[in-house]
Formats: sequence, structure tokens, C-alpha cells
Amino acid sequence: MTDTPQAIVADRLVKVYKGGTAVAGISFALPVGSITGLLGGNGAGKTTTIAMIMGLVIPTSGVVKVLGAEMPNQRYRVLHRMNFESPYVEMPMRLTVRQNLTVFGRLYGVEHIRARIAQLAAELDLTDFLDRPSGKLSAGQKTRVSLAKSLLNHPDVLLLDEPTASLDPDTADWVRSHLERYRREHNATVLLASHNMTEVERLCERVIIMKRGIIEDEDTPAALLARYGRTTLEEVFLDVARGRPDLQEAAQ
Amino acid sequence: MSAGSAETSISIYRIAAMVERYWYLLRSSWPRLLDLVYWPAVQMFMWGFLQSYLANADSFFARAGGTFLGAVLLWDILFRGQLGFSISFLEEMWSRNLANLMMSPLKPAEFIIALMIMSVIRLAIGMVPVSLMAIAFFGFNLYELGFALAAFFANLILTSWAVGIFVSGVVLRNGLGAENIAWTVMFIFLPLTCVYYPVTVLPTYLQYVAWALPPTYVFEGMRALLIDQQFRADLMVQAFALNIVFFVAGSVAFAQLLNSARRHGSLLNTGE
Repeated sequence: MTDTPQAIVADRLVKVYKGGTAVAGISFALPVGSITGLLGGNGAGKTTTIAMIMGLVIPTSGVVKVLGAEMPNQRYRVLHRMNFESPYVEMPMRLTVRQNLTVFGRLYGVEHIRARIAQLAAELDLTDFLDRPSGKLSAGQKTRVSLAKSLLNHPDVLLLDEPTASLDPDTADWVRSHLERYRREHNATVLLASHNMTEVERLCERVIIMKRGIIEDEDTPAALLARYGRTTLEEVFLDVARGRPDLQEAAQ
Repeated sequence: MSAGSAETSISIYRIAAMVERYWYLLRSSWPRLLDLVYWPAVQMFMWGFLQSYLANADSFFARAGGTFLGAVLLWDILFRGQLGFSISFLEEMWSRNLANLMMSPLKPAEFIIALMIMSVIRLAIGMVPVSLMAIAFFGFNLYELGFALAAFFANLILTSWAVGIFVSGVVLRNGLGAENIAWTVMFIFLPLTCVYYPVTVLPTYLQYVAWALPPTYVFEGMRALLIDQQFRADLMVQAFALNIVFFVAGSVAFAQLLNSARRHGSLLNTGE
């Protein structure tokens, strides 16, 4: 273990629901300023893991700490320094984009809200529809607004769930560049759940691959490609998801 | 800020942000604003005309002038107060915004205070015009009740908040499948709290139930005032004491249901 301060630490994290085990004892640590990809098929436990990090779900056992605060018991010590973006969590549709961002800005205690919204609108190209109801935006516009909400409070820890879903390739590329720049300029810690392997390969220094509630593998993208003898992360993902016989034998 | 204060302090700024959010929502839809006045007005006219008819037909009802109109207006404080609280909460479920709020620094207590403020704002939008109509059409001036009206209002709104808090917890835990409870729960209070008739009308065993509910004391107090011209402070004190119990019980239930929602992952999926 290095002396690098850790932004997120999960220690033997378990979550059991009535229907089965969603997370079966995972441990990882994300250093401050790192960007990590969380990969896994449907039902792998990614969403539950992120929800436990955010304090939305109480772990059955194990501990998760964010910026030193145990979640969810000490969440109010750190929630103002975190934020989250997911296309699956919407913002009130009848409020305009500006109204939504103003309300969230106040909830997060953002100073000079108008200036911050104007800045984000310029950076994320929202200016033209700031006064339009959120429900009347295209899917791509909604994703950008959601991203603006997640950056409102200059979060030290940013959790992203499919941040470029529904975006055309050009806008998606532009959003990735924006996230890279934000992370670099603010030394933010980013955990990114995505099914877009190109995105993960481009953005992430490290990748955690989950399968059926456990961490199946984790390393840098380059090390994973080398270990699996593949040229893309997508091929690595498929090997893990489908279980390549030669790797299973080697593991045994 | 110390760790302890971060976890326990209440922010007026965040409460104001939530009230602002609901205010934006309310003013963005004129049908919703109209709806706040429509039903209370319909009820007031129906009971007002019925009372006018009965007042001409029977000397008792002539003497008891205003009890039906008073009852319907006070009932609306109870019913609309809870509905105003619950609808603001349901707006978060309908717009799938609850997870955003629960991941923000907004605390449950701040959320609840914002919902209580909104229930009063929504109530005022509906009740003030309707109470003025009652003066104009039937000569019934609710505001003439003065201090008694303040006591009636305080007790009824406290009950409506207690029920609203509990119902919000149930919906939070069980999803929108439990939404109907928010719309219908208050109707059980209609026969049991004796809105339109004295408690003595009920069978003895139901009278025990009635006296366990704070609004019963308010409606009895209203009848004492309008029929006997007597303000029953004792009834208001008893109602207030029961309301404290109801409010604490509702808040504890909400906290436990929220905790249960966090354990069961219900906050991630707030649909049906």
C-alpha cells in the first residue's frame, strides 16, 4: 500500500437483497485524483456499488469510506464534496434548466450560483436552452444538463453512470474531453461506470471488472490487454463475461 | 464546521431551495393552481346551499348556523394540508428526482420542513379565495372565529403534517404502487373525527377511537363555538397534546421507513 491518500475505500463490501446477492465482498481503493472505470454486465453489481458509495444503499456488511467519512452514517460530512450523474436519474421536467440548476446549486451550497451556471452553460453548450423546460430537451441535451448538475459544486469525488449514453459520437467525445480536463484541473477522483469500452480505455487509468457481485479482475487498461492477449478492452470484457476456458484453467 | 454539526445542523438555505423548487413547479402549471381552488369551492357551495335549505326548515339548524360551512372549511384544512404535503413529495417520485435529492446534502428534516411550508402555501392558495367566497355567498365569515380559528388551524395542520410524513415514508419505502394511500388516507378521518356530527352520534366503541384522533377535538370545539358560543380551550390543549404524539410517531416512522428503503435499495428504484 502506498502513502497516496485514498478518496474512496471499499472494504469487504457485501450487499444482499431479498432476491439474492448483488455485491459479494468487494474491496478496492481509489486514490485521490484518479479516474477508474467500473465495468460489468447487467446485474454485475455496479449500480449497487455506486449506490453504497453515495450512501443511497446500506451495505449488508463491510465498510465504504469516501474522503474519510463512512457511508452512509457520516454522509453529511462529505455529500457537498461529491456529485453524481446518470441518465437514469432525471431532473424535474417542468422546471427550466436554469431553475433546476439553481435549486441544486443552493442544495449544494454553491456560491455565486448565477455565475457558476453561466460558466457551465458556456462550457457545456447549454446557453441556448437554459430557459427551456428540462422535459422538452433531447436525450443528448438532458445528458449535458445532468453533467452540468454533477459539476455544479466542483466535486472532489464524481461518480458517473454511463455519462455519454444517448450522445452522438461528436458530443460524446467532447464530453469526455471536458471530464478529462475537469479531473486534471481539480484533481478530482472519478469513478465511471460504462458499457462503452472505448470511453473507458480513453479516460481511465485503472479498470475494475465486476461479475456476479465480485471483482473478477482489475488493473490498468494496458496491463489487462497484455494479460488477456487482446487488443481492445471490449475483447477483455467479453472474455471475462463469458469466461474464457484457458484463463480459467490458468487461474486454477 | 465540526463533524457532529454537519450531521445534525439544519440549513434554512436548503429548505428555501426546496420551497423555491416547488414554487417553480406550481407556477409552471395553471391547471394545478386552479385545481387547488376548484374542489374546495365546489364543496363549499354544496354544503352552503344545503345549510341554507336546512336553516329554513328547522329551528335547530337555524340556531346552529354555519356549522356545516365551518366544518367543510376546517375539513379542507385537514384534507388539503395533508394532500399539499403529499403531492409535493409525490412530485419527486413522479419526476424520478428523489435519488438526486437523497444524494445531495439535503437532510430528511430539511426536506420535511420544506414540504410542510409548501402544504401551507398550497392550502392558502386554495382556502383564502374559498373562505372569501363563503362570506360573499353565504355570509359565513370564518375569520370572525379569531383566536379560535388560529387554534383550530394549528391543530388541523399539525395532524395533516403528521399523516403526510407517515404516508411519504410509506411511499418512499414501497414506491409509487403505494401512491393511492396518499390520496385516500385522510378519508378514514372523515367519519371518525365527526366532522359533520357530534361524537355522541357514534357507537360507544367508536367514540374511543374518535377521541384518540386530534381533529375530533377541533370539530367538537367548532360546534361548541358556533352553537353554544363557547370556546373550549380544554379541547384545543388535548388536541395539541395528541398532535405532538402523532407528529413524533409520524417522524419516527418516516425515519425508519427511509432507513428500510436504504437497506432494500428502494431509493434506486422509485417506480411501481
